[in-house]
Amino acid sequence: MLLLVLGWLFLGAIGLLRPHSLRFVARGLFPAGAVIGLGVALLGTVALLAGHAPQAMVLPLGLPSLPFHVRLDALSGFFLLLMGLAGAGISIFAAGYFRSGEGTAPGLLGLHYHIFLASMALVVLADDAYFFMVAWELMALSSYFLVVSQHRLPEIRRAGFLYLLMAHLGALCLLLSFGVLQGGRWQFTFDAMRGAPLTPLWATVAFLLALLGFGAKAGLVPLHGWLPEAHPAAPSPVSAMMSGLMLKTAVYGMLRITFDLLHVQFWQWGVLVLALGLFSAIYGAIFAGVKTDMKRLLAYSSIENIGLIFTGIGLAILFDACHLPLFAALALSAALLHSLNHAFFKSLLFLATGNVLHATKRRSLGALGGLAHTMPWVATMALVGTLAIAGLPPLNGFVSEWLLLQAFLFTPQIPHAFINMLVPLGAAVLALTVALAAYVMVKFYGIIFLGQPREPALEDAHDANWLERIGLAWLALGCIAIGVLPQIALRAAGAVTGLLLGQTVNFSSQLWWVAPITAKQASYSGLLLLAGIICVVGITFVVVRGLAHGRFRRTVPWDCGYPWQTSRMQDTAEGFGQPIRHIFGTAFDMERELPSPSDSAPHYRIHVEDRLWRMAYLPIERAVQRLSDAIGVLQGGRLAIYLLYSFLTLLALLVGVL
Amino acid sequence: MSAITMVRQFGEVLLAIALAPLFVGWIAQCRAWLQSRTAPPLVQPYRMMRKLFQKDVALAANATPLFRITPYVLFGSMVLAAAIIPSIATDLPFARVADAIALIGIFATARVFQSLAAMDTGTAFGTMGARREMMVGFLAEPALLMVLFNAFLLSGSTALPSVVEAYSAGPLSINPSLTFAGVAFVMVLLAENARIPIDNPSTHLELTMIHEAMVLEYSARHLALIEWASSLKLFNYACIGFALFLPWGIATHGADGGWALLLAAAALIAKLVVFGAALALIESLSAKLRIFRAPEYLATAFLLAVLGLLVHLLLGS
Repeated sequence: MLLLVLGWLFLGAIGLLRPHSLRFVARGLFPAGAVIGLGVALLGTVALLAGHAPQAMVLPLGLPSLPFHVRLDALSGFFLLLMGLAGAGISIFAAGYFRSGEGTAPGLLGLHYHIFLASMALVVLADDAYFFMVAWELMALSSYFLVVSQHRLPEIRRAGFLYLLMAHLGALCLLLSFGVLQGGRWQFTFDAMRGAPLTPLWATVAFLLALLGFGAKAGLVPLHGWLPEAHPAAPSPVSAMMSGLMLKTAVYGMLRITFDLLHVQFWQWGVLVLALGLFSAIYGAIFAGVKTDMKRLLAYSSIENIGLIFTGIGLAILFDACHLPLFAALALSAALLHSLNHAFFKSLLFLATGNVLHATKRRSLGALGGLAHTMPWVATMALVGTLAIAGLPPLNGFVSEWLLLQAFLFTPQIPHAFINMLVPLGAAVLALTVALAAYVMVKFYGIIFLGQPREPALEDAHDANWLERIGLAWLALGCIAIGVLPQIALRAAGAVTGLLLGQTVNFSSQLWWVAPITAKQASYSGLLLLAGIICVVGITFVVVRGLAHGRFRRTVPWDCGYPWQTSRMQDTAEGFGQPIRHIFGTAFDMERELPSPSDSAPHYRIHVEDRLWRMAYLPIERAVQRLSDAIGVLQGGRLAIYLLYSFLTLLALLVGVL
Repeated sequence: MSAITMVRQFGEVLLAIALAPLFVGWIAQCRAWLQSRTAPPLVQPYRMMRKLFQKDVALAANATPLFRITPYVLFGSMVLAAAIIPSIATDLPFARVADAIALIGIFATARVFQSLAAMDTGTAFGTMGARREMMVGFLAEPALLMVLFNAFLLSGSTALPSVVEAYSAGPLSINPSLTFAGVAFVMVLLAENARIPIDNPSTHLELTMIHEAMVLEYSARHLALIEWASSLKLFNYACIGFALFLPWGIATHGADGGWALLLAAAALIAKLVVFGAALALIESLSAKLRIFRAPEYLATAFLLAVLGLLVHLLLGS
């Protein structure tokens, strides 16, 4: 199994042989990386089918007394499947995407890219804390170098620095968490940790540290600050990998520690994760609604989706702690399915923004419009992604959100007063989030691809090249396939819930039905729904054409008869987000400049900022700054003073020893 | 699949397609009476559509294929929803395809398609209508979900046929939690179907319209399909309401032969007549809200549904 992962590293390394040959790196190495991705997916599938028989191995690598352990079980198998399938699409796209003269040399870019892929696979394969941290850091560093591949721009350097900072704060928390988890026995393999005796207090400490660490990686609010900065800064395939795949390693880690290494759960943990998840979901959705930079909008949408996944995890912990394992398995299946879905549709949309960026050189929605005419291929694929992420049947995003809502329906059965009344309201927050996501995606798609071009230069935008088209089509097909036959993915998730909770939800014996718990309670069939819509639409079309006629003529748009229409009269992204600014005004820091009635050149400007920047991040930054200034007093810069410090330290030690 | 099952399934769909424009015509008639106007004939919507089907489509020069398939998608998804909702019988082969929550999803698909098509020609009113429609949508969905949560707590199911069967099995009673949920549902129904107080179906005043703004660019057969689809949407919402709150008369499993179906159809028509008159009364008595009062209106609906939920959990009934 490691051969495949090493294959990625090897591909990266041979890219260095001819670092400046774009042709060699792009046409040779990236497609090979995609093939390896499919292999990894196959490996994951094998692990899922194997069920309860994990494969473990000790590598002859690492420190003398601390060899690297790897292990492949259903949980890592599921995430390998996710990375392999989505990663293959992204790699094929990347083969056609990178152009020469854009930042880092192609060979170096290929090296970072493949190390990034390999390290993500190693994170889910690692079976001891030491190796896990090595792979985790490798992942953070390689992605950092990818983010700053256009390092000549100061804002990209700034975004990269913020990303590196948050990644390391998170890693620090994880290190501490593992330190607690080993329970005083100083053995760092996961096997030893599973048996480590922990008091409830220490288990909670380990859980909270893990939540902080993985939450920082996943972008849970309030640890999300880096995400909307780093995702837009990276080249689009890298944004797709970071959002679609890397965030999922945090989900993996959270599941591994909560359900595998810690063998007991408390309902308070569940409520905490649930609350954080719901808050992130709604927060991300609201901010995506007001953002006008297309990649930043998608980054906030990632926060929203991660929020949904953590909502599912929180529900699973809550149910599991209350000894309702069947419902816990349902919630966990929903969370896992949503992870897989998000990997597909978010990668697809990030890649589509890459095409738009190459074709128009514009990232701001306000400068786009009407691209469906010049980029029909990208527009069609992006439409699939848009409908999927908006949670609409019969595509994949709907199924996981539906299952999550179904899991919420059972929360009144939790045997704790108040909790069983408050948690059902979470379902309303979830419904609001999903509907807001639909709003955001209508804005995203409508303003980029529909309407009239807002700038004349957009008329000669070009469509994707053939490698990019394959990548986009692969991911779009994934969205449709999982949506139509979700059972395939749900059975894979079932192997994971079987491993973690000892319980599998039987979603139906037939492949095209999904019925959580029983068919009488609720059922859904994406396949029949799609078939039904196609049939009805087809019959309607034939009947209408048969009974009436098919005549039409092209004219100018009517628009209530206004004769002078320009493309500037369409809604801008700011205008489309106005209801959200109005309704959720308290969430934002807004600066508005309105023109006065007598202005000869009226100018309207609005700037919306994350309120948490001012309320959380900046105060912390200032506090750290003050602290380091205070410590800086010690550094006098004179040799005599430093010698005095050494002398005093020695003296103190002597006193201590004696 | 036996012959009678097919009759039930297709009969129900055809009945919905046929009755939906009449239902809208009936509401318009009642409104005219209440407002002391001469009422249009009941079949006015049909005459309207016949005229539209005969005309040539005037298509905006920059319309994409999305714009042209949207009317068919809208009509298709509404017909599909009509096949799923148990309006005259519960034992429908297609009813299991989606439960009530998935049904909201189907309506959401239609809404997103309509909004995207409205943005397609890039006119000022189209985008404005799309934005407002999506806003009403995201405000209404939490309230609607809480209404379904109420029904789930009483019947243990979100699949509409099971809900109807569960109610029909028990004795006739008015449940306090369902009363709250019912009011909330009617409020959502008014908002989702572009009716007063959120939208006015007969307005063409530019700055207040929502639904009309989105369909401004449509003409001829496209417009006819959209109008038919929106009347089907209202009809479907009414039938969901009947299934959740007034399930009496719907032919349940085991007792759904020919006569029972006829009786169920008669009961459905009676309910539609009464409900249509009630809708016309509500619409005549209320004024259209300013667009930014819509959040308050829908928040009220949401709170009513939550009250229903809490009443149920506290009383345990």
